[in-house]
Amino acid sequence: MNGGGLGPRIGRADFDAIADWVKPGATVLDLGCGDGTLLRHLRETRAVRGYGIEIEDDKVIACLKNGVNVIQGDLDRGLAGFDSGSFDAVILSLTLQAVRQTEDLVLEMLRVGREGIVTFPNFGYWRHRLQVLAGRMPVSGELPYSWYDTPNVHLCTIQDFDDFCARHSIRVLERLVFCEGRRVDWLSNLRGSLAVYRFERTAT
Amino acid sequence: MACSSAAVCLVLVPAGVPGAVVATTLECPGGLIGVTRAMTSVSSVGAVTARRLHVDQPLQTVAGGLLPAYDLVYETYGTPNADRSNAVLVCHALNASHHVAGWYVEDPRNVGWWDNMIGPGKPLDTDRFFVVCMNNPGSCFGSTGPASIDPRSGRPWGSSFPLMTVTDWVEAQARLADALGIEAFAAVMGGSLGAMQALQWAIARPDRVKSAVLVAGTARLTAQNIAFNEVARRAIVTDPDFHGGDYYAHGVKPKRGLRLARMLGHITYLSDDAMMEKFGRASRSEQFSYHFDVDFEVESYLRYQSDKFAEYFDANTYLLITRALDYFDPARLHGGDLSAACAAAKARFLVASFTSDWRFSPERSREVVKALIDNRLDVSYAEIDAPHGHDAFLLDDWRYHAVVRAFFETVAREQGIDGQDRAPFDLPGTPLVPGSAAGFAA
Repeated sequence: MNGGGLGPRIGRADFDAIADWVKPGATVLDLGCGDGTLLRHLRETRAVRGYGIEIEDDKVIACLKNGVNVIQGDLDRGLAGFDSGSFDAVILSLTLQAVRQTEDLVLEMLRVGREGIVTFPNFGYWRHRLQVLAGRMPVSGELPYSWYDTPNVHLCTIQDFDDFCARHSIRVLERLVFCEGRRVDWLSNLRGSLAVYRFERTAT
Repeated sequence: MACSSAAVCLVLVPAGVPGAVVATTLECPGGLIGVTRAMTSVSSVGAVTARRLHVDQPLQTVAGGLLPAYDLVYETYGTPNADRSNAVLVCHALNASHHVAGWYVEDPRNVGWWDNMIGPGKPLDTDRFFVVCMNNPGSCFGSTGPASIDPRSGRPWGSSFPLMTVTDWVEAQARLADALGIEAFAAVMGGSLGAMQALQWAIARPDRVKSAVLVAGTARLTAQNIAFNEVARRAIVTDPDFHGGDYYAHGVKPKRGLRLARMLGHITYLSDDAMMEKFGRASRSEQFSYHFDVDFEVESYLRYQSDKFAEYFDANTYLLITRALDYFDPARLHGGDLSAACAAAKARFLVASFTSDWRFSPERSREVVKALIDNRLDVSYAEIDAPHGHDAFLLDDWRYHAVVRAFFETVAREQGIDGQDRAPFDLPGTPLVPGSAAGFAA
């Protein structure tokens, strides 16, 4: 079970990056939209026509209070209800690491959306590496859970995700890496705690 | 007939099937009624009075029939604002009436069928909204129906009553809205067949519906659903007391058929798990009796329910409304394309379904949601993990009620409805005299 926009929205660095990438008036699907904060931000700043998908009852209710369109559903059942190419952008914000069928879902994103936008906590962040070196599972701002209560099942590093894209004929259009709300431009897989990708399917 | 046991009484309280919730509860002996009333009176709209509006403008039906003039019985709760933009229409389902909330002074046990949803501080908050509900023509709770007298013949309409469709009901509801001076509803809301009416409103009269709430609904019945309706109708029309629909003149009612129809319907409104939870295999005595009469509690329950139903419900209405369910299919005019059918809609939608509802399953609601998204309409969808089957739409469930509440908060915020602007006016029509709202009930 997954789909609940997990973890805290650290700062708004990823929100602003996403808002910059999304064209005004675009149609957007936000997978695991949580309480709808991002969609509301996109509606207010970019006038997007957005829908969120969320599985948890309390977050669906929060979206409704936010006046955000939300569809209750399980991302692990895919996006079968959505037509191919029916959205300008499909967003997966801090949810990638918590879905079970990660590979299927990313490919589904690119079936339904012309572009995909993914943000995820970078497991390669030096603080995470240090904690693993010290013999413990990392706990941080981006990964606030203990090993026994975490919903995260597919943690990855920036390098891992680059490899994933290459293997699946996904063209990365832009990539931004942040740490505590600030841009990280070098040694990003070590120094960055949050990665934001914009990508599309390679033309076939 | 009284409840056969305290256990059965217990299950009667939440076992509301459209329209019968209250009546179901009433005839149970014991203290449960008091409990129910105490719970509802905390934030109830209180005592209400139904009104009857006579409409002289003929109603031309989709099927080619004509109602030259007719009565519409309705109730309202809450206070309208000056431009009546806080009006919400609640549409009833198969067995229900205009009596949605509150109770009658002359019959305080007769609590409205959606009283847990509608009232001061409730999900549909009558401190903010002016709620209207009308008994649809063809029904049997006071509005003109097959049991009413056809003024041209001086006899009950019976088999000559025009077949009604959801479209016709929306037309009749629009006339009530006209009489009430409501240009556009802040929301049109309904469950089951009521959801079909809300959808039809949004499609057919997009400028008069700001938002729509579709609970446990569908845009078209499945073959299985039509099949259930057909069995129910066959039970009625093959009853020797049916007399081709003109049984009124014979002083009888096809009660045997109605009972079977009701039993069948009732089973389909509940989930297998809910029935097992309520009744299990409980029997009325420790030893099996080895006969064909009642041995299991579930049998006793179905008989009790269906006996009561056959007393107050009109068989022709049952035929007519199940047929209206069958025929509803807005996509049909668009080659089966529901998205095309919804293209004219403008409303903000809330669609809700219940996971255990196999009669109007979540899949049907998802089809509606997809069609609305295809048209880039504002729509939210809640799939409530409730065990009660189709009946869940009438029951208390905090998630379900929180979803509806949150939606109406947004509706109120976006439409500037704050409950401060109050402009009561004289409602059209005449108050119903006590007891007459029972309609066909003998």
